[in-house]
Amino acid sequence: MSSNRTIVTEPDPIFGRLTLDSIPYEDPIIMTTFTVVAIGGLGLIGSILYFGKLKYLWDEWLTSVDHKKIGIMYVIVAMIMLFRGFSDALLMRSQQAVAVASESGAGYLPPEHYDQIFTAHGVIMIFFVAMPLIVGLMNIVVPLQIGARDVAFPFLNSLSFWLFVSGALLMNISLFVGEFAATGWLAYPPLSGIEYSPWVGVDYWLWALQISGIGTLLTGINFVVTILRMRAPGMTLMKMPVFTWTSFCANVLIVVAFPILTVSITLLTLDRYIGTHFFTGDMGGNQMMYVNLIWAWGHPEVYILILPAFGVFSEVTATFSRKRLFGYDSLVWATVCIMLMSFLVWLHHFFTMGAGANVNAFFGIATMIISIPTGVKIFNWLFTMYKGRVEYSASMWWTISFLLTFTIGGMTGVMLAIPAADFVLHNSLFLVAHFHNVIIGGSLFGYFAGITYWWPKATGFTLNENLGKWACGLWTVGFFMAFMPLYVLGFMGMTRRLNYYDNPVWNNWLLVAGAGAIIVLCAIGVQFYQMFASIRDQKSNRDWTGDPWNARTLEWSTSSPPPFYNFALLPEVRDRDHWTDMKELGLAYKKPTKYQRVHMPKNTWAGVVIGGASLVLGFAMVWWIWWLAILGSAAMLGAWVIYAFEDNKDYYVEVDEIEAIEGKRYADLDRVNTKAINYQESDATTISV
Amino acid sequence: MNTNDTHSPGGAAAGSLSEYLLGLSLSVILTAVPFAVVMSGTLGETLSIILILLCAIGQVMVQLVFFLHMNTSSQQMWNSVSGIFVVLLVVILIVGSLWIMQHLNHNMLMGH
Repeated sequence: MSSNRTIVTEPDPIFGRLTLDSIPYEDPIIMTTFTVVAIGGLGLIGSILYFGKLKYLWDEWLTSVDHKKIGIMYVIVAMIMLFRGFSDALLMRSQQAVAVASESGAGYLPPEHYDQIFTAHGVIMIFFVAMPLIVGLMNIVVPLQIGARDVAFPFLNSLSFWLFVSGALLMNISLFVGEFAATGWLAYPPLSGIEYSPWVGVDYWLWALQISGIGTLLTGINFVVTILRMRAPGMTLMKMPVFTWTSFCANVLIVVAFPILTVSITLLTLDRYIGTHFFTGDMGGNQMMYVNLIWAWGHPEVYILILPAFGVFSEVTATFSRKRLFGYDSLVWATVCIMLMSFLVWLHHFFTMGAGANVNAFFGIATMIISIPTGVKIFNWLFTMYKGRVEYSASMWWTISFLLTFTIGGMTGVMLAIPAADFVLHNSLFLVAHFHNVIIGGSLFGYFAGITYWWPKATGFTLNENLGKWACGLWTVGFFMAFMPLYVLGFMGMTRRLNYYDNPVWNNWLLVAGAGAIIVLCAIGVQFYQMFASIRDQKSNRDWTGDPWNARTLEWSTSSPPPFYNFALLPEVRDRDHWTDMKELGLAYKKPTKYQRVHMPKNTWAGVVIGGASLVLGFAMVWWIWWLAILGSAAMLGAWVIYAFEDNKDYYVEVDEIEAIEGKRYADLDRVNTKAINYQESDATTISV
Repeated sequence: MNTNDTHSPGGAAAGSLSEYLLGLSLSVILTAVPFAVVMSGTLGETLSIILILLCAIGQVMVQLVFFLHMNTSSQQMWNSVSGIFVVLLVVILIVGSLWIMQHLNHNMLMGH
């Protein structure tokens, strides 16, 4: 696209580089998408106004600092972005299915567009699907699991969310105004330098990632402090639920790794905007330093994505095997080991870029060693299921599918960790198959298991189990069909990111992969229908007890959804599986005699306003509209200063309000004659062995 | 590991005036020395760089001890543990990067 477009080098003082020519009118795919998005967006805004829900939306959601609501909003944005990222995947699969040169020429996507699609796919799936899904789950679950009433810094949490939304919006604006980067998801220089990417694509990449990355960093700080400082009395570190442990390690990784991303992006920004030479080929710059730095962030990042998923599987396996988790200590230490070691392996992403034998050997061996603690965890889950009474619920389906899929992905990872093998396999479809195998089969299945598992806690009603099993089955079949052929193609020498190819032998495998992608499309369709159907049937799916799975940890002791203050009285934790302990002792569902008033944070406009201003700043910087950039930064700073001087940020929930809410909760429990109490009586004797 | 740290106002140690003044003067000295070394230009390149690096490390320590009040008291244990963790990671990152880049430079003849 930039190829047939005049590149503005002398920016207009008002509009910067932005001209009417910047909108890709001539591309039917983009224009159709734009029309659909515009109609959908206008319809949404129209219906919000028509039903007079704007004030409700603003008061209850947009300005909310409630971690449960912020978590739900993260998941919603992530699912929307999943839709877009997966559309990119379908475009690529269909392009490669037809773009065999001898038959149909070059397919239907020109190289410029295709390059943007694979870049956007990677960026969206990592930054705007996987990250928000996991941050969303942590938001919903972690404070409940540790018996806290909110996160440590509620305003910061809201700000993190809105900075992330701002990055996601900037990313989507790039589809309709200008272009996106055509450089691959990590934008290696010199290709991403101003010389080879002169237009706005890489700038969109820079600002979308910078803004949302800072949001993620703030989330990391927030959760580290929350988990260290706000646990319920009696909950020592080794009594924390495993999901909290893995989230803690993931957030430590965020805090130490994301600054590297921030700095790398800043240096590349300086190279592109003011002509510095950090990563150029001349004037003392070195593009390899960028590759080095970005992977020093990038490798911890993949563990940020997978560790919380491991936590989800631990909770799900223990709950549905009706057993205590096997080897809690080993699982915790394996997590801590992975956290430390994830900083010792980053070179394996560029074995072939010229490091010598010693360097490659060191990082290759370190990579193989890091698979050991991961293997430990696999056995933890297997032994938890062994001799348990495994109940095959939908979240357990995801877990079992994960165990099969992820183990294969992990083993191909160990193959890639052998530097000599990597020289053959790097940059091929084998690599593409490997990382999809671990990210889909590991992280994504984990998030889906987590969403299925904690959905009733967040919303008050369960997801349709049958449809969930269908989704899991279709995802699994579709995944294997879509990615196993890529392993084969990798061995056959097909490199990644090909716009077209002239080897007809590859075509059959790519057709199979395309069919697999269509099955995944069906799976995602079933998931969206599952959510729709469950919301529609919520009366019959209602979870009155707060503990629909007969689960083990603290979050299930509150109602579903929990009251905004989570816990009327902070629990005293005695046991690792606090809720099971309570049920066995017969202390569950006992109404306390006396309540105390609860200290809570107030909602604030500041997060959404600063987030909005950051979007203005990002857009202005992309298009070199300097006056608007100054305005955007001033608005961010001004809003923050005004917020900082507000002194009305918190309040007390009085006892009568709490009594009313809790009274209704215990009335509900009495009315359904708690199935859970029956559980407790029948299971207590057998579980406590 | 601290087992009883729920809701304690941890990390909020305060320093005395003399501590702050000592910290301030140390940090000023550690800033002035590198400037002096570069501006006078008498020490030679290698020695200057070494001296600047030492001053930088000293500066970090001064900031941590005098202004962020890091010590080994039980309340400060988390700060110290995370401090050590971060230092370890920074060392891994710097040493690793130098090692990798030196190899790359050597093998890819980027310096020539």
